[in-house]
Amino acid sequence: MATQSSRATARLMLAPSVIMLFVWMIVPLAMTIWFSFRIYRLLSPDRTGWAGIRNYTWFFNSPDFWLGISNTLLLVGGVLAITIIFGVLIALLIDQPVWGQGPLRILVISPFFVMPPVAASIWKNLFMHPQNGLLASAAQGLGMEPILFLQSYPLGSIIFITSWEWLPFATLILLTALQSLSSEQLEAAEMDGASALSRFRFITLPHMTRAITVVILIQTIFLLSIFGEIFTTTQGGPGSASTTLPYMIYKQALIAKDIGRAAAGGIIAVILANIVAVFLMRSMGKHLDT
Amino acid sequence: MGKIVLKQVRKSFGDVHVIPSVDLTIENGEFVVFVGPSGCGKSTLLRLIAGLEDTSSGTIEIDGKDATMLPPAKRGLAMVFQSYALYPHMTVRKNIMFPLKMAGMDPEAATKKADAAAKVLNLTNYMERKPGQLSGGQRQRVAIGRAIVREPAAFLFDEPLSNLDAALRGNMRLEITELHQTLKTTMIYVTHDQVEAMTMADKIVVLQAGNIEQVGSPLELYNHPANAFVAGFIGSPRMNLLEGADAAAVGAKTIGVRPEHLEISTTAGQWKGTVAVAELLGSDTFLHVNVEGHGTMTVRGGGDVNLRHGDTVYLTPQAGKTHRFGQDGKALV
Repeated sequence: MATQSSRATARLMLAPSVIMLFVWMIVPLAMTIWFSFRIYRLLSPDRTGWAGIRNYTWFFNSPDFWLGISNTLLLVGGVLAITIIFGVLIALLIDQPVWGQGPLRILVISPFFVMPPVAASIWKNLFMHPQNGLLASAAQGLGMEPILFLQSYPLGSIIFITSWEWLPFATLILLTALQSLSSEQLEAAEMDGASALSRFRFITLPHMTRAITVVILIQTIFLLSIFGEIFTTTQGGPGSASTTLPYMIYKQALIAKDIGRAAAGGIIAVILANIVAVFLMRSMGKHLDT
Repeated sequence: MGKIVLKQVRKSFGDVHVIPSVDLTIENGEFVVFVGPSGCGKSTLLRLIAGLEDTSSGTIEIDGKDATMLPPAKRGLAMVFQSYALYPHMTVRKNIMFPLKMAGMDPEAATKKADAAAKVLNLTNYMERKPGQLSGGQRQRVAIGRAIVREPAAFLFDEPLSNLDAALRGNMRLEITELHQTLKTTMIYVTHDQVEAMTMADKIVVLQAGNIEQVGSPLELYNHPANAFVAGFIGSPRMNLLEGADAAAVGAKTIGVRPEHLEISTTAGQWKGTVAVAELLGSDTFLHVNVEGHGTMTVRGGGDVNLRHGDTVYLTPQAGKTHRFGQDGKALV
């Protein structure tokens, strides 16, 4: 069916959308690269000109930079680990035939519908607040000092809140994978003498690898740019303990009002995302074949 | 080794009694086929023996020991599933080795055993492939290989050939029969296809609505069906079952004549009819004849029968080949 002319027609028909997508991607990228080499400060609009690589060196020499990078990776890695492990466990649990399965599944999925700043506010003010929070009053009820979550464990708290938001997504994808596992395979393994644990290890888990890969890839894309949760809860603090790369960029763009530096940070973030992407595709791309 | 006794086995799902009560003895080394229309409970019965379903009451003995409460792995049985249930992420070798690995056998001995089984099943060249790269027949053989290596007391087959095309089904039928002759292990085979039952079984168990209608060798069932259901189910094409005056004349509610036991004549005979469809198979001819007062009857003639749609024929049952059934459907002797 793919004759020479039909292929040519196909290319022609696809061209508008391909060009559209390419422009869509390349124009903002080109502008960001352009700004990242310019002096562009909103507080002193008279000073313009080329900045060379100074915007970049500022970032690399900033005391927060490597902390920001490591915080970003910790946030991504921590949330991935929590959502995958608990996602698999919860999916296994709600795959069981129980009374009220439908409503139960909707409840499990509901945190995903809460907007990130709202979710973060809820956790900050209703749960983790040292005076009014539920966790604080629970701790007091047990005769303990309330834990200052956002002050003592800022990054841990943010990882927890973000995991709470993303756990439903992981659960949902993993649950659908679980439901597509043929029961005959499990029964065959049972006949073959596999214990419940072995059945999970040798049959269920391999069956879910592709879904797990999809969850990791999709979540990584979104988690690299987590911002709302940090902004709402810790503002990157205390000090810069929970500052990530996106948050540094925000501070340069909207607090220091230095568009040039923010653009340089943006390009660094793009490079970081590409490194992560290459790493992920190398290590897990094979699970997506066939 | 491999004697299985079911005593008053009952299985209910809620109010639905899938298997009201079954007593059955399967001797060591026998090839037993459970056959019946879909929904007759034959797969459920197999799953009860396998231990994949729990009995509601009654006992299952394997090798003289009560196995009713044993988990499937402890019963020493191996099962081949309708979908083969191969593990898609493992190679053929790993699939076959899986039960040995689960039994904690050392990998070297397990590999040796898997290779031996592969040799028997002509799978040696496919050991490193994944199930997705195999044809239906090869997958079937891998599933059998996985069952063989465990050296089970009995093999359970759950409609293993229903996903194969007709030619392959014929081949696999032979292979499984040969395998049984080599291994001499008890085999229980579930099918809805009476041809498979007739060709493979030492003993056929005909089931309907969870009840055993008749147990016997293929020819016993063919020659002496215990009731009208078995008579209609065993044999292909189906036996013609007639009611009315012709039956009453011999003191029966229903009489049955097999298509191969009807004489065809163009001049005279007991029943007159017109040919509706003539199926010419070369070796045989199947005529579907509209008989006055009896509806459609099927007749099997030789390949030389030269009748077409619309021709008038006369049919006469061969002497002594008519089966009589009473009011309750049971055969009259």
